[in-house]
Amino acid sequence: MNDFPWLTVLVLVPIVGAVVTAAMPYEGDRARPKQISLGFSLLTLVLAGVMATQYDKAGGFQFTETHEWINVFGAHYALGIDGMGLVMVLLTVVLVPVVIGASWYDADNGNTKAFFAWALALEAASIGVFAATDVFLFYVLFEASLVPGYFLIGGFGRERRSRAAVKFLIFQLAGGLVMLAAVVGLYAVSADAGHPTYLLSELSQITIDPDTQKWLFMGFFFAFAVKAPLFPVHTWLADATEQATPGTSVLLVCILDKIGTYAMLRYCLGLFPDASQWATPFVVTIALISIVYGALVAIGQDDMLRLIGLTSLSHFGFIVLGIFVFTSQGTSGSILYMVNHGIATAALFLAAGYLVKRKGTASISAITGVEKSAPVLAGVFLVAGLAVLGLPGLSQFVSEILVIIAAFQHHWWVGAIAVTSIVLAAWYVLWMYQRTFTGPGITGVEPVRDLDRREVGALAPLLVALVLFGFYPAPLLDVINPATTTILDNVGVHDPSPTVPAEEASH
Amino acid sequence: MTDFTKPTIEYSYLAPLLVVFAIACLGVLVEAFVPRKHRFLVQASLAIGGVLLTMAATIAVAYKLKEHGDASTGAGARGIVGSMGTVVVDGPSVFLWGLILVFALGGCLLFAERRLEGGVSAFAGQAAALPGTEAERRAAGLDHTEVYPLLLFAVMGMMLFPASGDLITMFVALEVLSLPLYLLCGLARRRRLLSQEAALKYFVLGAFSSGFFLYGVALTYGFAGSMNLGDINEAVRNDASNQTLMLIGLGMLAVGLLFKVGAAPFQAWTPDVYQGAPTAVTAFMSAATKTAAFGAIMRLFYVAFGADRWSWQPMMWVVAILSMLVGAVLAVTQRDVKRMLAYSAIAHTGFLLTGVLGVQSAGELSKGQLTSMQAVLFYLVTYGVSALGAFAVVSLVRDSAGEQSALNRWAGLGKHSPLVAGVFALFLLGLAGIPLTSGFIGKWAVFEVAMSSGAWPVVIVGVISSMIAAYIYVYVIVVMFFRDPEPGVAAYVVHPSVMTSATIAVGAAATLVLGIIPGPVLNLAGVAGQFLR
Repeated sequence: MNDFPWLTVLVLVPIVGAVVTAAMPYEGDRARPKQISLGFSLLTLVLAGVMATQYDKAGGFQFTETHEWINVFGAHYALGIDGMGLVMVLLTVVLVPVVIGASWYDADNGNTKAFFAWALALEAASIGVFAATDVFLFYVLFEASLVPGYFLIGGFGRERRSRAAVKFLIFQLAGGLVMLAAVVGLYAVSADAGHPTYLLSELSQITIDPDTQKWLFMGFFFAFAVKAPLFPVHTWLADATEQATPGTSVLLVCILDKIGTYAMLRYCLGLFPDASQWATPFVVTIALISIVYGALVAIGQDDMLRLIGLTSLSHFGFIVLGIFVFTSQGTSGSILYMVNHGIATAALFLAAGYLVKRKGTASISAITGVEKSAPVLAGVFLVAGLAVLGLPGLSQFVSEILVIIAAFQHHWWVGAIAVTSIVLAAWYVLWMYQRTFTGPGITGVEPVRDLDRREVGALAPLLVALVLFGFYPAPLLDVINPATTTILDNVGVHDPSPTVPAEEASH
Repeated sequence: MTDFTKPTIEYSYLAPLLVVFAIACLGVLVEAFVPRKHRFLVQASLAIGGVLLTMAATIAVAYKLKEHGDASTGAGARGIVGSMGTVVVDGPSVFLWGLILVFALGGCLLFAERRLEGGVSAFAGQAAALPGTEAERRAAGLDHTEVYPLLLFAVMGMMLFPASGDLITMFVALEVLSLPLYLLCGLARRRRLLSQEAALKYFVLGAFSSGFFLYGVALTYGFAGSMNLGDINEAVRNDASNQTLMLIGLGMLAVGLLFKVGAAPFQAWTPDVYQGAPTAVTAFMSAATKTAAFGAIMRLFYVAFGADRWSWQPMMWVVAILSMLVGAVLAVTQRDVKRMLAYSAIAHTGFLLTGVLGVQSAGELSKGQLTSMQAVLFYLVTYGVSALGAFAVVSLVRDSAGEQSALNRWAGLGKHSPLVAGVFALFLLGLAGIPLTSGFIGKWAVFEVAMSSGAWPVVIVGVISSMIAAYIYVYVIVVMFFRDPEPGVAAYVVHPSVMTSATIAVGAAATLVLGIIPGPVLNLAGVAGQFLR
């Protein structure tokens, strides 16, 4: 079974699903496209699950496929995943069916089948991006993933969504085109070194001259910083999450944006290790600004969905901080953070979406006392919120603590600044909960209907994962750690040895 | 006194040129002798058949070229210098012929479209009738069938242009391709004043630039003592004394050619002409003229002045940067789809020039690396099919006054005609260079060759102007899909006959397929090799 093209199949199944969902005539039957798309996303999930059982934890890149694609460009159709790729692919295939289930009625007043078809298209592009081991293929899919994102934001959601969609696209295209220049530069470098190639395995063998490396690094990093997003190129995120449906926001923030941080690890660190270390002070600074600024701005929001979008700015700051402190805790923590943030934020977005759909507004000041009439919704919201703020026992805590430890090792003041966000996170989550769910219900206002079985069913897997990985993150870390070692070996750094002598510590 | 020697002409290699010329002449005879009611059918089928026949002849020539060298190496030049050095039939010539003929076929099909105007073509019934007079009303049901021979004459000029072996032939070809186009631009059935203004503007500025070109020819002759491109190359290599004369001549020649492709600062005619001309003519012209003129630009600069590329590359840098920026920035301010596409054509000229200036000598290229020629030829394919298709779509969107290209009237098109709007969105994404469309691969190719030759500032500007231009493409998509139509003024889509549909379908398919599997066409452009010197 080793020759079975697992990754190609994982990309193709959602594409076929998208085409089938979009092409079939339904004549007003709104349920059928949803069922079909759910079916295809579950099929993808099952296939990915089967693939994961065959994954060898210590085996480096696996399920590789390499075919020549465009000869003169040195581009290949090359796929393969290591531990980091595997967890990202699994995150994607889990979240898409959850989103489809949770957004069942969200697209009813638009072109229903388009919403579900684009969601599947986005899944295909994302899996392709996480699995690509050729820079050209990666770039093509990286940019192609914008098209479904654009139509999902522009077609479904609130009043000013088309403006948000254009802003999203322009920001992303700007990032992507800067990266285009760097990727083209990479071609020139590889052509000078012998023959043009974009294969990751061949590119990492080339020694690139330090100055060129810095320029290329900046081109790549800019694109990923817009994607992730980091301060100050994050403004599209707040608008997009405010205007889009919660399902779209989950796809954007929890899957698509992960491409940015994933690609920093894979490409910035993988191809330009020296330039990455050179840029550390700068990157750490903007990561810290993102952490604190994102949290502070989130506290000030009145729109619930915009608030959650901005908390992600803070969390992406954490992920990037973990990446660029170059220790094994930091890198493992970052990869784990990507997964946990995906799960926790998805749960929070969807729970908030349920509430917004019931109340018809996302304004925090207009909602109060929901806890009494909808205790299940309140409970789900609270658990998701606590996970986002990093409560011990829920999964995000593990990754956050790893990153903070790494930050303190890097420099005490870096850790000190990062740690403030724990307080700020508690503030924005709990304050939001307090204002919307607790308090007296307003008399005369229709009580909020509690969650039905579909809504609970869609969120249940996420809540289970939050608790499970909170207590027992080992299965994830076992897969992630070998990848971390490879990445750090390539950069050429080693964990700082403990400053406390071993005998003393054993006392 | 030297004896007169009979010129030798390689008829078999020149067959495509001769066939298209013969068919065009036949068209003139048809116009004179066939009764009016049969003319449309005879002319249209003659033109389409003629283009197909010429394509067959071109393919035959392409196979003959194989005798001249190994096609698999792809790097060398092969072909013949025919007709006493006036016409060069080599790999790039044949590739460009094929490409021009594809666009000509699309043009013929669009010209022959009669369903959109309710049974008549998009051309004026009688061009001589003054707009708004009784004569014009009487000519309302008539068809101008002269457009088909005019198209074929233009095609012949376009095919000769990149294949010319000396400057006089190049000039003649330039005029042969231009004169029919000037006329065609003025023949619109609707908005005739706008159309006539466009034709006059195009003619006056075109004549002006021809003057520049001719002056350049004269100065270059003064420098090299020959019109022949190969001899000029010799002179450039050996003679360092008359640098000034050569540079002025070179500059003048460049003005003439850059005018034809609509590069800044010679772009002023483009938006007016593209907007005023009948859309079918605009579609054909935007794709085919650019192809022919870029072929000529490359032949002139690579063959005749290739040895002196250090003196013309800076000029190309400036023109490319200006074209990209001017095209992109002004495109953003447009609120008319045809004008927007015209400005985007200027930006694309800049991208093509980015490819042209990326030339490197064979020694500098590593094995298997993309050549400048290959990149530009591929870009011409991708741009041509997208532009042809996009203009063809524009001809479908109409209201009671004919075509409606004002952008605000296009609001809501995605709701009531999702297929047409979707296809147009695909063309726009292709022009914007979004991955998985042909435009992306094309852009990649030209940026790659420019970057490899060290022209990174041009690439940076290219990237910036792509960003700027992306805004307007996205804006059009937003208007079509996400904006509600204003009641009463919204344009609607008229269903075309199979001819326009086929053109659009082929364009859309090519835009998509070349974005995913560009390999075969890129290889074909590689096999075309280099110019024969």
